[in-house]
Amino acid sequence: MAVAEPTIAQRRAAINNSGTSGSDRARNFPTSAQIAQAAREISVPSPRQVIAANANRPKDQASDESMVLNMGPQHPSTHGVLRLVVELSGEDVLQLAPDVGFLHTGIEKNMEAKTYQKALVMTDRTDYLGPMINNMVYSLAVEKLLDCEIPPRAQVGRVLLNELERMNSYLVWLGTHALDLAAMSVFLYCFREREMILDIKELVSGARMMTSFIRPGGLAWDFPKEFKPTVQRFLDIFPGRIDEYEALLTDNPIWKDRTVGVGRLSAVDALALGVTGANLRATGVPYDMRKMFPYSGYENYDFKLITGTEGDTYERYLVRIAEMRESVKIAQQALDNLPDGPYATSDRKIWPPPKEEITYSMESLIHHFKLWTEGFKPPKGDAYVAVESGRGELGCYIVSDGSNKPWRVHFRAPSFINLQALPHMAQGKLIADLVAMIASLDPVLGEVDR
Amino acid sequence: MTLDNATVRQRVVERFGAAVLEASEYRGDLALRLRPDALPQVAAFLRDDPDLQYIFLASITGVDYLGREPRFEVVYHLRSFVNMHLVVLKVGADEERPHVPSLVPLWPTATFQEREAYDMFGIVFDGHPDLQRILMPEDWDGYPQRKDQPLVYEEVAFTFNHDAVDAQKPYARE
Repeated sequence: MAVAEPTIAQRRAAINNSGTSGSDRARNFPTSAQIAQAAREISVPSPRQVIAANANRPKDQASDESMVLNMGPQHPSTHGVLRLVVELSGEDVLQLAPDVGFLHTGIEKNMEAKTYQKALVMTDRTDYLGPMINNMVYSLAVEKLLDCEIPPRAQVGRVLLNELERMNSYLVWLGTHALDLAAMSVFLYCFREREMILDIKELVSGARMMTSFIRPGGLAWDFPKEFKPTVQRFLDIFPGRIDEYEALLTDNPIWKDRTVGVGRLSAVDALALGVTGANLRATGVPYDMRKMFPYSGYENYDFKLITGTEGDTYERYLVRIAEMRESVKIAQQALDNLPDGPYATSDRKIWPPPKEEITYSMESLIHHFKLWTEGFKPPKGDAYVAVESGRGELGCYIVSDGSNKPWRVHFRAPSFINLQALPHMAQGKLIADLVAMIASLDPVLGEVDR
Repeated sequence: MTLDNATVRQRVVERFGAAVLEASEYRGDLALRLRPDALPQVAAFLRDDPDLQYIFLASITGVDYLGREPRFEVVYHLRSFVNMHLVVLKVGADEERPHVPSLVPLWPTATFQEREAYDMFGIVFDGHPDLQRILMPEDWDGYPQRKDQPLVYEEVAFTFNHDAVDAQKPYARE
């Protein structure tokens, strides 16, 4: 390549200077013609196609040695039960196809059989590294159907919890990513801080992972009084800890050897393939739901939209690290401005009355009884809401038929869609780098298969 | 420039006329119900028109409206970044022949999403490079998210009926 590779310092400076102004944003998006060009060139093969291609490859060529290797679904570096059908020539990946579905549990189907409130618990189990964000997108979609106003305390609380969840999710990504490339200690450090976030989640909801805390109408209950100091303690410690991870990795020659220039993805290809999240932002496309299509009051927070330039594995690492720092900033603002007041809507058709009211108000008792036996009934219609999860644009599409159960719930699972970029990224690269690419795409198989 | 729902709706209706069966707004989102055969042209127009530039296909979803005609519906969500706008496209597919044109030639991201809609609802996307199951096992019979597919198809096993339930399970047997 004629163009000189940017140095690490240049890359970090570019990320720190990520623009947030409107004019910057529009310029960095690919044009329609580029997307059309990419659509003609890119295809996402299926396992069957890879196997057939290998069988049909003429044997007299240099590809004589080509073979189909089955990687996963129990391979530890696939972060769950992802199976890759890889066609190899020696150590070079000729092409590959992801095969998913080993963790399919019919979450969408199951949700159709439950009332709106009860279906919420299923959302925790899709992307199990960011349950609160899943709660959030589902709640927002139901609230959109209901046309329901959420009090400020719940909105700010949701943002705070979402940012903690994002850090939690990124910590697992960083730990396992580093572990895959044989940096054992990073994993231990990351899980040390993740433990603090899980403790906060336990403090607010009683559960460390499957919280079901953000519910249609508000939050499950109010924050306990130890909440603020506990979160503040974490936010005070965390930026220093990010420096520690960076000290271990950013200038580490082994880390750079394994990630710089590996799994490069161009902005156009990424967008055509539907890649979102840090994977897309690392290519330079400033697409973040929090900035572009703000929800839950994200427009009121001061934070940078981090974008990279190179789109390789190292850039995705830098972008996520920088985003963790931004998350700390958002969480701090949310914590400082957490208003007093109700933590859930006062609409009694959606949220039950306070317990003490039930003892003297017949109407409250009826509301309580109706809500917990029958649930609420959003008007007929459909709504799509998307939020920025740890992996990208997490969308939720709900169709209501006017009954107390959703007619259809669909999740636009960013892990599932991001995975389509893997064949394109890995083509012609070494199989050893495949492990780094999977880790840096950061799929959560629970969400891929739902 | 920022376009609102009314302008986008007018643009598409002007251009495609009768192919737009219905244009509706619900909670601020513009939804266009299209004739299935017009879908690729409308989607390409939305993507390529310099004022619209819906370059991002966010999501493809199948829905089974059992008892309604046409029974199935495929829902597309497109995003434009020049306008910061979302548009919803819907096409129907009837029960007898649930065929819908594929959008893979326009956006490769449709590959997995169309396979999922096929897997779950049996909606066939004409022009998809290799339409096959993605989440369910290859030899699975039927389409799990159709409304006439029961959520639980086998009895729950207890000690008193364990043998009877077990006998019905599709194990590989000698």
